[in-house]
Amino acid sequence: MVDRWRLSGVFICTLFLVSVAVLPGNRMAAQTSQPDAAQIPIAFVKAERNRPLPISRLNIVPEDAGLRGAELAVKDNNTTGRFTNQHFSLSYYELPKSGDAAALIDRIVQDSIGLVLVSANAETLLALSDAARGKPVLIFNLDAQETSLRQEDCRANILHITPSRAMLTDALAQFLVLKKWTRWFLISGVNPNDKAYTDSIRNSAKKFGARIVEEKLYAEASTTTRTDTGYAQVQKQLAAFTQISAEYDVIIVADESEIFGPYVPYRSWSPRPVAGTSGAVAMSWHPAHEQWGATQMQNRFFELAGRVMGPLDFHGWLAARAIGEAATRSNSGEFAAIRDYLLGPDFGVAAFKGQKVSIRSWNHQMRQPIAIATTEIPVSWSPQPGFLHQRAEVDTLGIDEPESKCELH
Amino acid sequence: MPFSKIRAALLAGVIGLVPVASAQSYQAYISNEKDNTVSVIDLDTLEVVRTYPVGQRPRGITMTKDGQFVLLCASDDDAVQVIDAKTDKIVKTLPSGPDPELFVLHPSGNPLYIANEDDNLVTVVDIERDKIVAEIPVGVEPEGMAISPDGRIMVNTSETTNMAHFIDTETHEIVANVLVDSRPRYAEFTSDGKQLWVTSEIGGSVSVIDPARHEIIKKIGFQIPGVQPEAIQPVGVRISKDRQYAYVALGPANRVAVVDAGTLEVEKYLLVGQRVWQLAFTPDEKYLISTNGNSNDVSIIDVAAQEVIKSIQVGRLPWGVTVSPK
Repeated sequence: MVDRWRLSGVFICTLFLVSVAVLPGNRMAAQTSQPDAAQIPIAFVKAERNRPLPISRLNIVPEDAGLRGAELAVKDNNTTGRFTNQHFSLSYYELPKSGDAAALIDRIVQDSIGLVLVSANAETLLALSDAARGKPVLIFNLDAQETSLRQEDCRANILHITPSRAMLTDALAQFLVLKKWTRWFLISGVNPNDKAYTDSIRNSAKKFGARIVEEKLYAEASTTTRTDTGYAQVQKQLAAFTQISAEYDVIIVADESEIFGPYVPYRSWSPRPVAGTSGAVAMSWHPAHEQWGATQMQNRFFELAGRVMGPLDFHGWLAARAIGEAATRSNSGEFAAIRDYLLGPDFGVAAFKGQKVSIRSWNHQMRQPIAIATTEIPVSWSPQPGFLHQRAEVDTLGIDEPESKCELH
Repeated sequence: MPFSKIRAALLAGVIGLVPVASAQSYQAYISNEKDNTVSVIDLDTLEVVRTYPVGQRPRGITMTKDGQFVLLCASDDDAVQVIDAKTDKIVKTLPSGPDPELFVLHPSGNPLYIANEDDNLVTVVDIERDKIVAEIPVGVEPEGMAISPDGRIMVNTSETTNMAHFIDTETHEIVANVLVDSRPRYAEFTSDGKQLWVTSEIGGSVSVIDPARHEIIKKIGFQIPGVQPEAIQPVGVRISKDRQYAYVALGPANRVAVVDAGTLEVEKYLLVGQRVWQLAFTPDEKYLISTNGNSNDVSIIDVAAQEVIKSIQVGRLPWGVTVSPK
């Protein structure tokens, strides 16, 4: 049993984080929490999964993505905890590909942890959620974008920190409609996620008044840019592939596994911008985002992790920071009090997005502005001006209450 | 409009247009965050008279008590610059700790208390000996800085911890923490020291705190027809010396709220430029000046009439404002 959860990893991380509360600034020093401080333990679960090697080395997801963000939030929470007499800690668990989700949940519950941050695909997330049913566990979904998890497959014990695909494609659609680039040429990959992204793009186009003038499936799997002079073939191939008769304003790429997407910009037949999973991409966080005080966050993260902060790191930070906020506001270290505050009407937390982020009561999705970004910098943030909503403009992104199919129980 | 207000407005208009060589001549200094400059506005003519280069990313700006020097946070240079108010020359650079954003000067004129956003510290700097006297650990992302009129208590707000930290200026120890709404940006004592006002940018509120008991007396909220609640983001605040009115800059709501400082009720909203950030009175409290970051201008508010009388273009992303005698 022991090796199944890579316990050495568990202990290393636990010891490191539990024993070290960090003093501000350059006077970093080990500091034990005050003896009577309320202890608030948080688990981070990373489920191993197959990630195809992306075309661009820049898009390789770091091994510790998410975890370092959560670590930073625990540090932030502990700085606040000095004034509120609360102490936060983070324990790390790995779930191998063939791992037993139920056994892992048992293990975490045995370790007296109820707040569980999860980086996993939808299938594993649901297995963990089902195993945690009836137990004092709240799962924070950091990485599964499936809109179905916010709809028919929703669960009362999951809180979605990552935006859904619907939120991402809605954010992109609003931006393109604002630009009046409403005639879309859609190129989709053949993986199941690409199908889901394509469906989401279709819904968003309909919702905000864009038109898909042509759709093509890109079925080839190619690694030609890694071969010597491979670019020559790609250049020819993409030009031919994108030669269509319909007039269009923008190419939308649906290729979540990054099989061909990055090849599309600058290689198309017609000179058109590219958006979707390549080109202008909708995302929750960008490593060069510096508005609304984000500079401080980016600096703090780089100092901690020695690398830039990606969306998954942001989700880890936001989940653990939300826990800290709920603990401060509810003035409690108890799991039930923190969970109830998080899911209650008063919860909201500042997340460097220009407005409070909070949780949709109908499906436990964190509502938040979404960046539309190129590789280098964010271009814009959605919701865009003019897309109105009776309560909050940010609820124009994703599944709104009237269209919710989620029954939380 | 009541007659008295109309008369005041007319009077203000006349005085505003005709340069008066009286003892009460002031000029305003505006830090332009994106241009790395300071704009100087003559408050008799209401025109920009000079613009001069300063350090990188200028934000917090204040005057020395003798009115001779402008103190400026050059955030990206990790320094506070001391500028001769008459010659516009940078006369010296004070150590500030990293990324200084806002600061407050002790009522006696020294020391200077600086918020270091990146390091969770307040740095105390002796501005005569150019030395860091103390570093005080506070919450995450310290920002707002205020000091009680008697100089005994300094207050720092931390944007991610969401607290106002009350710090004894003798011992440099935190004596109390008051939890406020999200992202507290700015703090200001009333002139009698009996209230501390703290704005919460993301929380959308102002907490009026009793500094003796460290308790919130009231949280003031804002509602503007046609403006989404999330666009109402209180930042700068100024309270008149007689404690009759407080003025709150509401960020992307593009308005300054006028609050009755007695009843703590909002009376009206003044439409100013875009993303209104910081405020400053002239010492005679005739004018209130707001910096409007996204429209690259400042609004001049006639305080007696409670009306905006002029917008003046300055540099890009005007951030802070301070006023001195000419």
